Amino acid sequence: MEKLAEFLQYIFSGLTNGAIYGLIGLGFSIIFHATAIINFAQGEFVMLGALVVIGFYAWGLSLPVALGLAVILVTVLGLVFERLAIRPARDATPISLIIITVGGGVLLKGLAMVFWGKDAYTLPPFSGQAPFVVAGATILPQSLWIMGLTLLLVVGLEGFLRGTILGKALRAASYNPVAARLVGIRVSQMVQFSFGLSAAFGAAAGALIAPITMGVYDMGTMLGLKGFCAAVIGGLGSSSGVVLGGVLLGIAEALASGLISSGYRDAVAFLILLLVLFFRPQGLIGRGPERTS
Amino acid sequence: MKRAHRWLQALLFSLLVVLAGSLLPGTYYVTLLNLIGIHIIIVLGLNLLMGYAGQISLGHAAFFGLGAYASGILTATYKVEPVLALAAGLLLSAGVAILVGIPALKLKGYYLAMATLGFGIIVAIALQQLDWLTGGPSGFMGIPPFSLFGWQFQSPTAGFFLVWAMVGFLLFLSLNIVDSRLGRALRAIHDSETAALAMGVDAQRLKLLIFVVSALYASLAGSLLAHTTNFIAPSSFGFMFSIKLVTMVVVGGMASIWGSFLGAAVLTVLPELLAVFHDLEVVIFGLILMVVMIFLPRGLVRGLLDLWEYRQRKKQGR
Repeated sequence: MEKLAEFLQYIFSGLTNGAIYGLIGLGFSIIFHATAIINFAQGEFVMLGALVVIGFYAWGLSLPVALGLAVILVTVLGLVFERLAIRPARDATPISLIIITVGGGVLLKGLAMVFWGKDAYTLPPFSGQAPFVVAGATILPQSLWIMGLTLLLVVGLEGFLRGTILGKALRAASYNPVAARLVGIRVSQMVQFSFGLSAAFGAAAGALIAPITMGVYDMGTMLGLKGFCAAVIGGLGSSSGVVLGGVLLGIAEALASGLISSGYRDAVAFLILLLVLFFRPQGLIGRGPERTS
Repeated sequence: MKRAHRWLQALLFSLLVVLAGSLLPGTYYVTLLNLIGIHIIIVLGLNLLMGYAGQISLGHAAFFGLGAYASGILTATYKVEPVLALAAGLLLSAGVAILVGIPALKLKGYYLAMATLGFGIIVAIALQQLDWLTGGPSGFMGIPPFSLFGWQFQSPTAGFFLVWAMVGFLLFLSLNIVDSRLGRALRAIHDSETAALAMGVDAQRLKLLIFVVSALYASLAGSLLAHTTNFIAPSSFGFMFSIKLVTMVVVGGMASIWGSFLGAAVLTVLPELLAVFHDLEVVIFGLILMVVMIFLPRGLVRGLLDLWEYRQRKKQGR
């Protein structure tokens, strides 16, 4: 019985982190889909989401308002980032684009350090601290918020991509930019839009995780890389695949840190990444946009 | 003709090194030049892989780290001769490169980038976590200076000659690899792997070979770092350093052996120059990375040349 409770505890913590990885991974997959760029600054949007919501809340705004404003602000930043850093380098090679986005990430992280310093800031959970007890294991209300809102966002994203004209235009631009342009879709606008959307998902992930991990200027890099692992593991193709990849990753990490050693927790993600790339490069689910030989 | 040219270059290079080594004031500049030399060695190897064979690696800091820790641990903890420790590091790196390279080099483009990135981070975490062996996050101290046949490279200046002699040797080697049948085959793979295959080039084997060679360069550089600084820490071998190495290659110019010198020098000196800005150092570094890549995606040398030619042509047009 105790073993079961312990196991459940790992699963809960894995699901919580996994949902966050999934949200961040969705940011990667949205941009990769529209532009075939891997945006290494994605993790910094997560960090900004967390720190901005904490900042607004400290100003005295109510939590929902602070959250909404933070997501909007970071979304605008994502749009600006695309305009200033990505669009001028449209014809650059993948290697140059990797360096550009890494440079952007370094820049954002540096600015956050100048602005907020190296301290960690806290944010109260969305609804209370009292944990629920399920079969001997505990789960925080914030974890339920994270899982619920992640689910909502994924369903919303899928609905948007498949059901609205804007979403369809975005997909069309990613499948075949030339054909999309021929039917009157402004591809460059779609690219910029994808950066905004992806920044919004990153910011939401950061704001959701802030009450659990606190907000620090350097929290983004590792979270970004984990989200990236989630996206590759699930296959960059499908939204549900990415979130499932994130959840798998979160649970694997929780089990590894509980049963083996917490020091290697971060290595688990990358080990799974390598195994997936070597044996099933299109990801566990989905076809993947690009087959390898 | 070409041979005479090369000997002249070699002579000039040695002359410059000897001059710099004997004239440089103070240990600061010697230490900085040592670091530049060490970075040049890695970048020379990485440029063979990226510039000539067209394969990216976002994990080369790992091989740098393997070499550094192999040399550091074997000489300091187990009192092994530095030369043997260096050789052990090379063997270890080659072994790891083969193990990782066989599955990874089947991948292309972004997927190869992701795989090498994952590999690099795993090695960085292992260096941190195996603290009974590596000293953990706080680093590994007390590495003796390099020695060869009883002669100790104790002073920074002796270290300088050691590092730059290796730079000279590897420069010579790289120039020869590029001009050889192997170099031509690599360029063929870069331009079109399918065409290269059709011409009978065993692309998979050659990619692996050059991946291992570049890992050996990095491992050797790591050993030199361990012996010249006497202290190593895992933070020097992480993801950010891998990115920095790739940036050195691109800033210097892909497929340009001499560009590797420029790229390594610029990106090693830049943080030193930016240190006056304290907290803003990182911000400015990120900004420079972005601006250079956006406006001079083919590297500093060729980018500036392109700009100049463009202006000349514009003038003539009028």
